[in-house]
Formats: sequence, structure tokens, C-alpha cells
Amino acid sequence: MAYENPDGVKIGLEIHIQLNKLKTKMFCGCSTDYHNAAPNTHTCPICLGLPGTLPVLNKKVVEAAIKVGLALEGEIAEETQFHRKNYFYPDLPKGFQITQYDYPIVSNGKVVIEGEDGEHVVGITRAHMEEDPGKLVHIGSIEKSKGVLIDYNRSGMPLIETVTEPDMRSPKEARRFLDKFRNILEYLDVFDGNLEGAMRVDANVSVHWGTRVEVKNISSHKGVERALLYEIMRQKNVIRRGGKIVQETRHFDEGRGVTISMRTKEEAEDYRYFREPDLMPMRVRDWIPKIKETLPELPDAKRARFIEQYGITDMHARSLTSKIMLADFYEAVCAKGVDPKVAATWTADVFLGELNYRDLLISSYDGGTIGFIHAKDPEVKNSFKVLGMTELVNLFSEGKVSDRAAVEVIRTILDGTEEKTPSQIIKEKGLFKAEDDLVTKAVAEAIAENAAAVQDYLGGTEKSLNFLVGQVMKKTKGTADAKTARELIVKELKE
Amino acid sequence: MAKWMSVAQVKEKIKESSAEEVTARYLELIGKSKINGYVTVSDKALEQAKKIDAEGHDGPLAGVPIAIKDNISVAGLPNSCGSKILEGYIPPFNAHVIEKLLAAGAVILGKTNMDEFAMGSSTETSHFGPSANPWDLERIPGGSSGGSAAVVAAGEAPFALGSDTGGSVRCPAAFCGVVGLKPTHGAVSRYGVVAYANSLEQVGPLANNVEDIAVLMDVIAGYDRRDSTSIESKTEYQKALVDDIKDLKIGVPKEFFGEGIHPDVEKAVWDAIHKYESLGASWEEVSMPNIKYALASYYIIAMSEAASNLARFDGTRHGLRANGENWHAMVSKTRAEGFGTETKRRILLGTYALSAGYHDKYYLKALKVRTLVKQDFDKALSKVNLLMAPTTPNPAFKIGEKIEDPLTLYLSDVNTCPINLAGLSSISVPCGFTDGLPIGLQIIGKPFDEPSVLRAAYTFEQNTDYHTKRPPEVA
Ligand SMILES: [Zn+2]
Repeated sequence: MAYENPDGVKIGLEIHIQLNKLKTKMFCGCSTDYHNAAPNTHTCPICLGLPGTLPVLNKKVVEAAIKVGLALEGEIAEETQFHRKNYFYPDLPKGFQITQYDYPIVSNGKVVIEGEDGEHVVGITRAHMEEDPGKLVHIGSIEKSKGVLIDYNRSGMPLIETVTEPDMRSPKEARRFLDKFRNILEYLDVFDGNLEGAMRVDANVSVHWGTRVEVKNISSHKGVERALLYEIMRQKNVIRRGGKIVQETRHFDEGRGVTISMRTKEEAEDYRYFREPDLMPMRVRDWIPKIKETLPELPDAKRARFIEQYGITDMHARSLTSKIMLADFYEAVCAKGVDPKVAATWTADVFLGELNYRDLLISSYDGGTIGFIHAKDPEVKNSFKVLGMTELVNLFSEGKVSDRAAVEVIRTILDGTEEKTPSQIIKEKGLFKAEDDLVTKAVAEAIAENAAAVQDYLGGTEKSLNFLVGQVMKKTKGTADAKTARELIVKELKE
Repeated sequence: MAKWMSVAQVKEKIKESSAEEVTARYLELIGKSKINGYVTVSDKALEQAKKIDAEGHDGPLAGVPIAIKDNISVAGLPNSCGSKILEGYIPPFNAHVIEKLLAAGAVILGKTNMDEFAMGSSTETSHFGPSANPWDLERIPGGSSGGSAAVVAAGEAPFALGSDTGGSVRCPAAFCGVVGLKPTHGAVSRYGVVAYANSLEQVGPLANNVEDIAVLMDVIAGYDRRDSTSIESKTEYQKALVDDIKDLKIGVPKEFFGEGIHPDVEKAVWDAIHKYESLGASWEEVSMPNIKYALASYYIIAMSEAASNLARFDGTRHGLRANGENWHAMVSKTRAEGFGTETKRRILLGTYALSAGYHDKYYLKALKVRTLVKQDFDKALSKVNLLMAPTTPNPAFKIGEKIEDPLTLYLSDVNTCPINLAGLSSISVPCGFTDGLPIGLQIIGKPFDEPSVLRAAYTFEQNTDYHTKRPPEVA
């Protein structure tokens, strides 16, 4: 059934992403690997905008932008053109930002998302390259700041700003779009979304097809969804009370979950764009076929292949391909000859679920080990081996461990500090599934020793069966499969 | 030691005595200077010369002293651009041309005076006060590279580097009776040169003769990966120095001899053209109908680019910083105190020309005119090899004479700025005098046709003696 969009919501997004996987900045040779560095140590005369310096365009930035454009199924410009966006701000060392204006590198693309009513297409108006300014660090809280420090490590980082059509009809769709967009970028290996400041979003939203309001500089996908939910509610209430929505820019206060007015349209700045005279246009038309060849398999294609090749469900395939590193991990496990369906369940449902529960983000994969960091504290790290998952899936498939024991193994690895294989953990914790005759013996003993409970059960008290199962588990030290134990008791008592 | 020496003579002197002695001699002359040509004299010059004496150097300029315009970054020396706003700023890096000079063995004497951020034709907008013209100390040396031209004319350096955005090398060369080349846009890297108007400017050499211009070009020209607008070329500039212009076809654009031209200037330039004729060249008049719009177009483009280029001077990272209760107040006060009147005027005009509502009317229109001017040159230069015209319509004026009237002052660039709009090469060579003040002949060539320009200039020099005349006041 088609989604009716009862509030006439229209959402468009402007997303800044840092091409933080590239080695050097956009116009100078400074390293992009500044995230753990002391302030102003990854700078040079060029990214500090010292008088007399000139920008030199990093070709890798253009290649990455073209890659993104192709992945978004957009049209690629024939040549690069840069403009200056002029404004004063302490984080902007030259007093202007080098960006693209009326001839962006990418235009007219699209992204297909899982919308409110099935597949939904979000149009990409344009995507262009620009440089990141530095970063302001307030001494103390923003409200009571005693001063501002400037860190130019970020200055000159390559950015791609992507502008969508106002095609999203709910905050959920906006969130889905961002998840998908980020996923595509990570597939292209140009972007690491886990790094601080890697993605910043401005959202344009209107209700009842009315005036749009811009909510600026939201730093997380969850934040976008929350900001939009609040903003839609606010706009609906303004209209309900007979008010009018004014075209304005609002700021999202993450802490309070509300949007606050920053400035109205009349105060809009004039950026006095003009062509950057220090950069010559770079012809890129001939690069496109080559870049197309290097384009990796993208999420949708991979998902379809997983369903086909491994015989797994759409839901599992979707979840496994939601992160390129997870997809690669899963395929490596399958390549070891395990049952791909069992591997899908354990990877997509259990493993991923336990990661989410712990707020762990997948941050690396090297072919043998998948690594994660804690969402709030990147110092908290852990990893999981392809071999570990392979072993665990095999043990489970062969019936050597119960599902409860297998979950326990995953949890132990995720919470542990020393590296252990699943069989080591199983051995240490005595998690091997009890031999069948051992369970049978325990069942017989439990029935013999608990006549009262047996009578109650036969008299219709279902609860007593649970007690008997508990006794069996106790006798087998938890290694028995609870379901099997239950079946055996019922079978025994019925005869 | 002779006061005026060509580079070849300087090299001879170094061989006879030492680089140290030669440098010391120039420093002594600079010490006695009456022209305010240098803003900073390098305290490392002697040391540099001594090092070359001690270690030897096989570069083409080993031990040869040179003066550098104060908008070209030399690591460790102030780079003030004639402005207060750069007070205390010392660049931590060398401009590309400085790297080339140092590699060639040149000794940097110091930094020369200029109009603030190269905005002017007289050096009067300099925070350090005007330089004097060696031919008449009450007159300006031209600008904006006035300091460089003046020290070369006064014998305080054998040659110098300037920069030319709309005539800033050629105008002072003409006013001071020296030779000055504005290379084709892209021939010399701009890396390390503080930008006034990026799309227009080039570093250019100033010297007492054409040969030394070629020597310097062979050192500084060529591709530099740090300047995306620089272009690879294999030109060997000194090879162009041939005393022969037979079959040369000269175009004389009548628009360059417009209203207000000094009759002596007009006569001197025509005499020069007839001289060429007598040496075997032919000439014809050419028409360039769009030249009359060039000056307006030039100023709009230059000021627009300048307004943006100068935004980085905000007191935050380098140079002057005023006190303000918050960042924006600090920036406003710093810029109010740091920039001079002319710079402020051009920033405001440039900002205005790029503003919403005026952008199309001014900036875009200026770009269209630029295209038309280029086409005029293309057309003219398809029929002839070179164009010849006065460098400036008038000789050097008195200090203070025009500074209150910016529009008249802007007219000094009327014959030189079209060449920058079109990105061509052009040289000014001495071709006569009026009331004891030098006159410059401008020779304009196709893009990257410096060899033809230099050859014509060299031939003229070989057959005339204007370039051997020295200013009386400081002789
Ligand atoms: Zn840098």
C-alpha cells in the first residue's frame, strides 16, 4: 500500500562527508591522519593560508568524488571547476573556502532506500568537492566559554557535500537514507564514518507542502531523526495555532532534543562566489571509464548475490551487507566451508545483536579479524576472528554445542580481554553439549527423585514440568539442551 | 668598482675579488641611499656571499646580488607587502623564484619598497613612504614595483625581481629608465608571491639591460607543481638575444596613443619604431577597438580578486592584531588600522563588484570584456609578430601630485593592464627622455613568445644608447 504521508512532510538533506580515507589533504601534502594528534601539528603554509601560498588539487579527491558520483548513478562533469566562497570566520584561514558552485562534479544521481512503503527512490541533486575549515575548541562550555582555541589540523580536509531532492517523507526515511548513503561510501573505501566529524548533516523540512526550514549541523544519524521529529511537531503546532512557518535556519540542540532559531532568510549571507583563479580546470572525462572499472560491488548488488549464492533470507542479506566489513567477514566465514545459512543466523542475528547491545561499532577488517570500537569511547576496542566464527558455526551445526552455549561463547569473546578460541572457552566453561545418554540418565533420575512434581504435572500443573527441566539442567551442569530435556521428560511420562 | 654593473661585469668582479667584496660594495651603496628603495636590507647577505666564496658555487648567479620586491616570500626576512597589517610577519618558506635564485647562487640584498599589496603606480601607498625616482628625487619611481626599479636605476642592485599585475614592473621600469619584463601568465611560478590579483599577475625581472633580463628568466621561469597555473616550457631566454630583426612585422595599435599622451612620449616611441624600420623591420597600424574598455575591466577584476585575497589578513594567525572585545571586533579594528586608504578602497570596490545584484553588472561584464580584449590581441598578433606602444602615456610625476586623485592615478596603467588581461608577455625598454625623465617603449608578444620580445628589445638596445644613460642625481 502506498504511503499517504498524512502531514505532507518533505525532507531534503545536505550531507558533508570527509574523505578521511585519503592519505593527504585536498590542496596540500598534509596527512589526513590527525584524529589522535596534538592540535595544529598537521598543518603547513598552504592549509594555514599563509600569504603567497597556492592550492594544488589532490587528484585522489577528484577520483573519489567521481567514484561517489558513479555509485550514486549520477552524471559526472567533464572538468573540475572551483569557486571561492567568501566569508570571515576564525576557522577559515584564507577568509574564503574553495568549493564548487555552478558546475559540481556530480549531478542528478539517486539512492534507493527501504521506504515507508517499500523501495523508495531519493534523488541526488548534486555532489561537489570542497575544503573543510579548521575546528574551534571552546575553553569550558559553549555558554560560559572563556575563549576559543583554533585547531587547523582539519583545515583543508577534503569534503564532499551531497544535496538530495526533498524526497524523504518521514524522519525514518531520512535516517534510512543516511544509513544507506554511509554504507555506499564505506563500500567505496573513501570514508570512515566512525571518525569524529566525518559526517555532518543539514536537513530541510516542511509540512503540508509549505515553507521549508533548515536545521543545521547535526552530527549523527540518530540526531537527524530526532531533530526532524521535533521540527515536524513544532511546525504542525505552529500551523495548528494559526501561525505561519517562516523560512529560517535552526540549530539542533542535541542535549535537549529541540531546534532553536539561528537566523531568518532576510539575514542570509552573500558569499560573493567567483572562479578560483589559482586552479585550472582539470579535464576528467577520460578518467571515468577507468574509475568505473575499479568500482566495487555495491550494497544492493551484494545483497542480491548473497540471497542467490548463499540461499539466505532477504533480511539476513540486508543486515550482512549493511556494512562492507561485516559482509566481507561473513563471506570469509562461508569460504571456510560452513553452512552459509547457519553462518548468516549467527553473524547477522546473534553476533550483530551482541555488538549493538554493547554499543560496539565495526571499525576494521583485515581478512582474518573484524575489529570494533566503542561508540562513545574509541579506546575500548575488541575483535573477532573469522576462524572463531567458523569454528563456532561448525560446532553448532554438528550439534556439539547448544545455542545457549554458542551465544555464551560470542559474549565471552566480546567481553574478554585475552584472545581465546571458541573450543578453549567451551572447554574452560564446560559448555560442551551433554551426551544424549547423559541427558537420558538425568531425566530418569529427575523423575525418580521428584515424585510430587511428577504427580502435579500429570494432574495438569504445567509449571511442574519447568521444575523437572530445571533439575535436568542442574544435573548436567547446564550442558543439556533445554528443549531436548523437556521433550524427553514429556515422552518419558506419557509412556 | 663601477657603480652600475651588468651581471656579466658583476661575475667578472667576483672572480677578480670576491662575492663578499661585491656584496659589501652594494650594501655600502644601499647605506648611503637617498631613494628609500629598500624596506628591509638582509642581515644575511654578507654571510651568504662569504659562504659562496668559501664553498664555491657553480650556479649561473654564484655570488651575484639581487633585490627582491617585498611581496615575494624569502624565508626569514619580513614580507610586508608595503603594509602595516603584515607587521611582524616573517614567512617560514621561500617563494619558488627565491628557491631558484638561491640554487643559482644569488645573494639576496634585501626587500624593496612597493605600493601596499601592489595597489598603485607610484609607491606612494606604501606604509613605508614613497621611494624616490633616481632621475628626479622629487618624483615617484612608478609602481607598484617602484623600489625594485629605483634600486636598479640607482645602481643599488644589478637587477631585481618585481611583480606585474597591471603594469607594476613595466611602469616603474619606464619611469626609472630600466628594462622590465612582464612574462606570459604561467611562465613563472607565483608560489610564495602574495597575491593581489591572481589571474593577472606574474613575477617579472628588472635590470639595466635586456641580457640580464634573459639571464634572470633562465633562472626563474618554468613549471612548478605548486602553482597549478604555471606551464612547462623549454624556452632558453638567452638564446633569443640575437641582434637581427629583419622581416620583423610590427603592429602599432593606435588606441595606445590616446588622448592625454605626452607629445615627447609619442615622438620617442615613433622614433623607436622608425629605428626598427631602418634595421629592416616593417610596421603597420592595427586597431583594437575593445582596448578602451580594458582599464575598467582590469580594475574590476583586480579589485574583486584582491578583496578575496586580502580576507586572510584578519589578525588571527599572523601580522598585526588590534584589541577587540570579540573576534569580529578584533578583525574590524585590525583591518581598519592595518590597511591603508587605497587598499581599503579597492577591497570595498571589489566586494561591491562581487555582491549579489552587482555581480553580473560588474564582475561578469568585466570578464566578458576581458575575453573581447584577448580576441583583439589575438587578431592583431595574427597579422604581425609584435606590437609596439608607449609603456605609459606620461613620464614620472611628482610625489603627491596625483595621490588625492585615484582615477587619474589609475590611468597610468592604461597601456599596460590590457596585456595582463590577455595574459601576454611584454617588455619595457628605455627609448628616450623628456626633460631629463626616461620614456619606455613597450614591446608586446604572443603568449610564450618571450624570445621574439627579447630579441626585438635586444636589437633595439644594440643599436641605441638609451640604456647606457645614468641618472645624474645619484651618480
Ligand atoms: Zn597542509
